[in-house]
Amino acid sequence: MPSETPPPPEAPAPPATVDAIVRVRGLRAAYGDVTILEDVSFDVKRGEVFVILGGSGCGKSTLLKHLIGLIEPAAGTIELDGTDLTASTPAERRELLRRFGVLFQSGALFSGMTLEQNVALPLQEFTPLPREAISRLAQLKLSLVDLDGYEAYRPDEISGGMQKRAGVARALALDPPIVFFDEPSAGLDPISAAELDQLILDLRDSLGTTMVIVTHELASIYAVADRCIVLDKARQTIVAEGHPATLRDESDDPYVRSFFNREPALAGRGGR
Amino acid sequence: MNVVASAATMELEDFVLRLTGPLTLETTAPLWRQAALLGATDGHDARIDVEGVPRCDTAGAALLIHLRRLLGGVAIEGASEQVRFMLDVMDRPCPEPPTAPPADRRPGMVETLGTFATQVLRNAADTVEYIGGLIAGFGEIALHPRRLRWPDTIVYMARTGADALGIVVMINGLMGLILAFQMGAQMRQYGADTYVADVVGMSIIQELGPLMTAILVCGRSGSAFAAEIGTMKVNEEVAALDTMGLERTRFLVMPKMVALLLMMPLLVVFADLAGVFGGMVIGTTYLDQPIGVYLGNTIARIGLWDVGQGLIKGEAYAIVIAAVGCLRGLQTGKGAQGVGVSATSAVVSGIFLIIVVDAILTVIFHAL
Repeated sequence: MPSETPPPPEAPAPPATVDAIVRVRGLRAAYGDVTILEDVSFDVKRGEVFVILGGSGCGKSTLLKHLIGLIEPAAGTIELDGTDLTASTPAERRELLRRFGVLFQSGALFSGMTLEQNVALPLQEFTPLPREAISRLAQLKLSLVDLDGYEAYRPDEISGGMQKRAGVARALALDPPIVFFDEPSAGLDPISAAELDQLILDLRDSLGTTMVIVTHELASIYAVADRCIVLDKARQTIVAEGHPATLRDESDDPYVRSFFNREPALAGRGGR
Repeated sequence: MNVVASAATMELEDFVLRLTGPLTLETTAPLWRQAALLGATDGHDARIDVEGVPRCDTAGAALLIHLRRLLGGVAIEGASEQVRFMLDVMDRPCPEPPTAPPADRRPGMVETLGTFATQVLRNAADTVEYIGGLIAGFGEIALHPRRLRWPDTIVYMARTGADALGIVVMINGLMGLILAFQMGAQMRQYGADTYVADVVGMSIIQELGPLMTAILVCGRSGSAFAAEIGTMKVNEEVAALDTMGLERTRFLVMPKMVALLLMMPLLVVFADLAGVFGGMVIGTTYLDQPIGVYLGNTIARIGLWDVGQGLIKGEAYAIVIAAVGCLRGLQTGKGAQGVGVSATSAVVSGIFLIIVVDAILTVIFHAL
């Protein structure tokens, strides 16, 4: 009869945020004396598609600019992959940020370069790869976003949707663990927007890349989001967190319900 | 009272304001003027009767809403379905009270001075940081020349040098011509016209050649640098550089700076030659001097150090033009207007600093 071995001591439960690749605590965003966001705290888990939602002017893009180091917070901390962005020196910050990809709302491709040169730029700057390998890799990244054959085109020679896809290819150039998207569907027709949503999911599934997306496009949110936070302009902070469908169906917050159900803020009109 | 518009009327009788006819953009203007004469009803049981209004547009609805508020929130009666719908659409309560605009108060003298001083210090700190970045950029290129973006640099060399050559030669040639003509006319009276070649040569090579070239290059390239970087900033390309961990100075500024440093001496040499040629045209025609004599006088007067002074000035101007143009571009505000402001500012502050640097170098060279 085998001797009964005592069960191993139970390991201490890991903190809830152990797999967080982005960790924001007590963030206050302000332009001068005007506060935009107050006491914002959330985690983004590794490998998830995380969406930052809210109406126009609620501070979504401001929050994103804080996450990608373009603006320093008035208070609070931002940790990216375990490194405190807010406590880093400019050199450390540059080193940290080059590990992350960003797709700007306009695509922000360098207008003087071809698409291949745009995608190749981070590879040239930060890898020891020979020129031929960089060119091949850039072509592959463009192929990944269905832009085969467009390597020699310049940004102003292609459509807005293609510019966005090329921006994704550039953001993915260094195989970053996380990519930030600022309004990826803005200005796109429904088919292009759906293609971009599918691309985001494909990249997440194939590369395991964490995606942080700022948007207010409900169709995109339902299509891609694993989890989301909702910002409210009036309260200047996060008012809900969870899966969008759950928030739509179960949230007690009137603003959140109005947002997900596309209801006007006013129950009725009148006063007559 | 009774107001007749083209097709609408407004009539007040026994605290009933009766409107008739279509209330549209075309018909309501006289009624608005008439409404200015109305006052509150002071507790009387007033109302607005629109039974005679078959339809209204947004202007008509706005008039009705205005009249109702003017009379103290009285009822609007007899509205057709279309008029009622327009009132429903137009008279929406504000969904949430908007943030109160900042109070329009005049800051005190101490606050104004403090704000000004803070702004000056902040600008000074930014400028020092920028200059530090430039010095670091020069150091990096000196140690690792391959780190410079040479393809971009060559493009900028063509834009700032080759493309500017024609206008630089033409302006400096005319400058030499004007200078020789003006001086020749005066000096001839005293029999000193043989010295025109000396004076024109020295003026062009030590001072006017580099200065005029710098002003032209500042107008062409300084503004172009500011507009290019400003547009990149508006299009979020500069932000993209930042998030990719690329240094703005090395990527955006150094190719332009190096291109201008390489091109400016060549432009100054061509400017000098054109200026001397312009003077020679007047010397040989208006002053009847043989070409050999005019050129001989010029060459005998001008030493290598004189040419060197002009070239050193040219290089100093190149640094000023590129540094100011790029700085103004990086300081661009939002929108197309911001780019325009930056381009203008690059030219104005660039020319100002060129003159300042010229004054300083002239004094230094005189003392040497």
